[in-house]
Amino acid sequence: MFRFLVRRTLGALLILLIISALTFVLFYVAPRDPARAACGKLCTPQTLALVRHNLGISDPLPVQYWHWLVGVFAGRDYTGLGHCPAPCLGYSFTNHEPVLGLITDRFPTTLSLSIGSAVVFVVFGVGTGMIAAVKQGRALDKIASSASLVGSSLQIYIVGVVAMYYLSDEWHLLPRPQDSAGFTQDPGAWFKGLLLPWLVLALIFTANYTRMTRSQLVESLSEDYVRTARAKGLSRRTVFFRFAWRGAMGPIVTILGLDIGYLLGGAIITEETFGLHGIGALSIKAVRDNDLPLLLGVVLTAAAAIVVANIVVDAVYALIDPRIRLA
Amino acid sequence: MNTPFLSVRDLRVAFSTEDGLVRAVDGLSFDLEQGSTLGIVGESGSGKSVTNLAILGLHDREHTDVDGEILLDGKDLLTATERELERLRGNTMSMIFQDALASLSPFHTVGRQIGETYRKHTGASRHEARARSVEMLRRVGIPQPDLRVDDYPHQFSGGMRQRAMIAMALVCDPELLIADEPTTALDVTVQAQIMDLLKDLQQEFGTAIVFVTHDLGVIANIADDVLVMYGGRCVERGTRNQVLRTPQHPYTWGLLGSMPSLDGPVDVPLSPIPGLPPSLLNPPSGCRFHPRCAFAEKVHGGRCATDSPPLEINGGGRGTACHLTAEQRREFFVDYATPQPN
Repeated sequence: MFRFLVRRTLGALLILLIISALTFVLFYVAPRDPARAACGKLCTPQTLALVRHNLGISDPLPVQYWHWLVGVFAGRDYTGLGHCPAPCLGYSFTNHEPVLGLITDRFPTTLSLSIGSAVVFVVFGVGTGMIAAVKQGRALDKIASSASLVGSSLQIYIVGVVAMYYLSDEWHLLPRPQDSAGFTQDPGAWFKGLLLPWLVLALIFTANYTRMTRSQLVESLSEDYVRTARAKGLSRRTVFFRFAWRGAMGPIVTILGLDIGYLLGGAIITEETFGLHGIGALSIKAVRDNDLPLLLGVVLTAAAAIVVANIVVDAVYALIDPRIRLA
Repeated sequence: MNTPFLSVRDLRVAFSTEDGLVRAVDGLSFDLEQGSTLGIVGESGSGKSVTNLAILGLHDREHTDVDGEILLDGKDLLTATERELERLRGNTMSMIFQDALASLSPFHTVGRQIGETYRKHTGASRHEARARSVEMLRRVGIPQPDLRVDDYPHQFSGGMRQRAMIAMALVCDPELLIADEPTTALDVTVQAQIMDLLKDLQQEFGTAIVFVTHDLGVIANIADDVLVMYGGRCVERGTRNQVLRTPQHPYTWGLLGSMPSLDGPVDVPLSPIPGLPPSLLNPPSGCRFHPRCAFAEKVHGGRCATDSPPLEINGGGRGTACHLTAEQRREFFVDYATPQPN
């Protein structure tokens, strides 16, 4: 298990290295002055000179990338701007702040949004999927699969706006979404501010988990080893959770990991819809400001989220299924 | 005569499917004494496995109709509650399944799967159950059982998996063991080892065994009594020697005739039974074997296609369900058993 994790982590670092290099190259092959671009909209000749100097524009591209990479591991000094301690992902000249600080400011919002909604849709989706599989009643099956089709066709920018209008503004059932000081500062405000986005995101995801849980369980319930477990005299409940559910979990965990990775990478539209300021909103800001160093940082964050989610999925999968541990 | 240990009376199992009612077992009766082995033979879909699952009560009650009577030591299993059955399964009666790889959980160690049964029925501690698992693995001939007990099924070879399966079935010293084609997926050497193992264990514990197979060689090796099934019914039964040496039913002749013989001439082609197993959704009228039977036309009045022949019992549990007269059977069997030169 340990060797497995080490191997996967090394692989993940390699992927992030490649992604950062590709993103870096993309900026510099764009047909414009990279220093001008990195300088942002409100660029004075003085700042432009400063940017030019700090980016090392006169150096060849690989050297520039090398400097950036060294900064990630060892920190980097920006002339006239101060020291950017490791891990230094670059300096946002528009915001006058190291990129990492901007991202870590925003990350809790995105994390709360993703994990919170995941808890809601996993609890409801897997729960109803289990009931559907055990009952295998036709009515519930059909409701679940059509609901899943509707759910996955819903768009957050419509449902979100409609939900905010009716649930918050008209009927006053749920508080309007808002940024909070964070879970550790004021849990109550944190919960109230995120409740509506969680529910709306969950609405879109839940039905898919219902359908998936149901179909995986129906399949694993008909496995021979489930029958063997019954033949041993184990109770239905034990057989269901210890054997059938164990067999059904793998694919669900896989999809869940990818969904969470995707959400962590910045649910751009979701955050924009609810006026939350997480990574998604930050990336929009970076694009609007032509803030290339920040954009590089945001892209890497999204990539890291997905890569880490994948490692976690693989590790959990190996815990669930001992056959995977060999691979 | 005292009551038999396992008594199956007029067992009927039917599944309702989208296409209609499938009568997988249609009026099956047999008895089994303690310490003896009943071999059930038949091709795929003859109702062998369905019978086994009915004895353990493993059919899905919502989609399956099970009628008749299954008495285990005087207790009717078909009217027993789920809780009562859970106490019996794995404890008084247990089952060895055909495909050990698919039938063992891939998620749990072999030791845990064996010990789980033991703990459930004896209330033993985790530690005791583990010791018992090691002991069982040793008994079924797994080398280094104290190490292999922590392996997963995929780390075992095919023969070892089947042994582990047997260890799991025997962990509570069951009085009835149902073996559903336990050796089908194994090579002959391992097959022979497994059979010897079962025989040893039976001698030691006096277990009654129902041994299901489509392999007559295996039957000749292990069974005391033999029951031949076709299309969900018993077509012939008797002692091993009666059924294998002096078979009475054309289907049994066909089964024996389709087997290669070691002492016969090698250039004699095998004679398979023509046609396909019957559909249980729309079984043939009358005798279910008549569309494939070479002797159906010898029966007067074409009764094979209209009347279902009853299982005629002639003493000692010997029985045949066929319209042919005793003389006809003697005559045709001799013909049938004599190899035809090519």
